[in-house]
Amino acid sequence: MRDTDQLNANGAGGVREPVGEPIDASHIVFEHPLVVRLCHWVNSVALLVMAGSGLQIFRAFPSFGPKIPQNNLLIVPKALTLGGWLGGALQWHITFAWIYLASGLTYVGYQIFSGNYRQLMLTQPDFLGIWPMIRHYFFFGNKPSVSGAYNPLQKLAYLSVLLLGAGSALTGMVLYNPVQFSALAWVAGGFHRARFWHFLILCGMGLFLVGHLVMVILHGWNNFASMLTGWKRNPEHVQ
Amino acid sequence: MSEEGSRTPLYRRELLKLTPVLLLGAFAVPGLRGSLLEGGIAFSDWASAKWFRRGHLAPEYPNSEVAPLNKFPLNSYDVDDPGVDFERWTLTVTGDVQWPGEYTLEQIKALPKVQQNTRHVCVEGWDVVGSFGGARIADFLKLAGANVNANFLYLECLDDYYESLDMASALHPQALLCYEMYDQPLTREHGAPLRLRLPTKIGYKQAKYLSSLHVTDILMKKGYWEDQGYSSYYGL
Repeated sequence: MRDTDQLNANGAGGVREPVGEPIDASHIVFEHPLVVRLCHWVNSVALLVMAGSGLQIFRAFPSFGPKIPQNNLLIVPKALTLGGWLGGALQWHITFAWIYLASGLTYVGYQIFSGNYRQLMLTQPDFLGIWPMIRHYFFFGNKPSVSGAYNPLQKLAYLSVLLLGAGSALTGMVLYNPVQFSALAWVAGGFHRARFWHFLILCGMGLFLVGHLVMVILHGWNNFASMLTGWKRNPEHVQ
Repeated sequence: MSEEGSRTPLYRRELLKLTPVLLLGAFAVPGLRGSLLEGGIAFSDWASAKWFRRGHLAPEYPNSEVAPLNKFPLNSYDVDDPGVDFERWTLTVTGDVQWPGEYTLEQIKALPKVQQNTRHVCVEGWDVVGSFGGARIADFLKLAGANVNANFLYLECLDDYYESLDMASALHPQALLCYEMYDQPLTREHGAPLRLRLPTKIGYKQAKYLSSLHVTDILMKKGYWEDQGYSSYYGL
């Protein structure tokens, strides 16, 4: 059933079906393996918990400067936070850090050992395809043809958010245990700066989430359901 | 490729395989949430204790990177000055020790003095590099003949704060019974005459105005903040 490789071999404009046959539900491709779907949904929950509790923790000291004198950068609205108070937020944050880490490591491990990571890898033609895709999404250019499960811009976005995920875990380790992970703290530019990177990564993930949700809504139910069932009907790259 | 009829169960089966994700819903159940989150903290404490390296030193900084004393933040849970009578102050030592009793500040000052510029990290998120001087807890435990195979130290303070400390962290070479900051005797608001200085621990474990030290395997209470839900290990 996993015939994406074979389909890709036909090229983007490849004609697979006899002319005249309607493109209907008979085109069905298994796009998202179970482990990927499980990790996606566990990670979605974990990420929201991490963001909400993280913002509550930030409320305890909403600054990246010294404590004396304290210059507050911004006060996060209570409605965006989770945990109620600093101690409660830390309980959520530290507990879900492990769930977040477990789902992230399971995902990366699975992608590498199954070879499924190839879905995401930017190939040489992909690099040339990034700009036309941006032109399509942001400046209403023609939609370039797509040859794999993901278009070049999608791959770039998913790879970037994976890097952000790794960065959030590594800077989080520095903030949690700066002495035991002192080498990592040094790489981050010290404990103090690691807190800023950790926050900046949250902002990056927020941007990704907005773009991701907009695209999910634009692409409708069939695309969304594929992250639940794994199967996608009439994917663009098969038509 | 399958027919319409056989595809629906196929979708359903794949969807059902995602049910483990619903386990996370347990965190939304009020009756379960508390113990799950407590379990999460306990697990993380256990893992932190596992990767704690006894000989690994916290970074020390040159004097040029030390914040001046007036920029070293003060956090007291109750009062800045509990009115300690320095003339009559002693540290009461009890529990699993060969020589329990009252120890004077002079006895503690007679132990080898350690000076360190280390980073103090508050659970609120701020941090500051300060200058501290005192005796190693390890040396003091030897003086009192403590059983260093016991699990914990339990400490009480004259402002009714209380703390606990795992033995491995207490024996760390930078863990101090601190009686000086910035080369001066501790000021009252910074915990005179004696406080903990633990560069491998979070701020709230640096108890001030110490009055007693108890060596024990079992803790009845974990600490003022810990008993309200903060991590009881919180190593750095």
